[in-house]
Amino acid sequence: MDDDQVFKALADPTRRHLLDRLFERDGRTLTELESELEMTRFGVMKHLRVLEDAGLVVTRREGREKLHFLNPVPIRLIHDRWIDKYTEHRVAALADLKHELEDTA
Amino acid sequence: MTTMTAQTTQLYSVFIRATPEQIWDAITKPEFTEQYFYGARIETRDRRRFTSLGDMEWDEEVLESEPPTRLVHRFTAAYDPDMGAEDPSRVTWEIEPQEGGITKLTVVHDQLENAPKTAENVAGGWMYILSGLKTLLETGKPLTG
Repeated sequence: MDDDQVFKALADPTRRHLLDRLFERDGRTLTELESELEMTRFGVMKHLRVLEDAGLVVTRREGREKLHFLNPVPIRLIHDRWIDKYTEHRVAALADLKHELEDTA
Repeated sequence: MTTMTAQTTQLYSVFIRATPEQIWDAITKPEFTEQYFYGARIETRDRRRFTSLGDMEWDEEVLESEPPTRLVHRFTAAYDPDMGAEDPSRVTWEIEPQEGGITKLTVVHDQLENAPKTAENVAGGWMYILSGLKTLLETGKPLTG
């Protein structure tokens, strides 16, 4: 599992749309997910496969149905690794600037 | 602005460079949990899961225990009076070895139908906990501090 797969999986509007649908309501079947998209069943399956390979979607069998669940952890890991690191500095810089301006005022 | 109701079945999965036994220890022994589980000391033994957090203590029933691959227990958010009063939900830890020294850890938190406040509260929490657990096992150091 690497970040490349997650970034690649996220770099497609259909796949982001699928994640948003699962965010709204988790545990959906392929048929449900497919019904909201102008795309063949095979096309949706291919996109779900990429999301699964990246760990963003996990499937589980419940009875006769295969349900798709959003797994937000890889996005969180990317956040911890890539977003926090850069935003913290910006926020800290702004905070420093604020202190400086207030002290000199 | 998207409004959402918290899911009644929530799933969190992470790949960790560690053995199933290491992960099992990390989720059942207090000296590990206190480093990534919001400081809570959690000990799983004798079919119970004992939690000690600050001056609070409570315990939950263990429903299934198959070291080092599967642990299922009741979950009560006793750290908050409102949430603690809701019906107990269920947490399943699945530990599956993969190739190359990697293990897949999946947490399924379900039966949250009668615990809407808990459902909303735990969503961000599980991500923080699993991210911290991964960091602890892979680097030997907690995520924060």
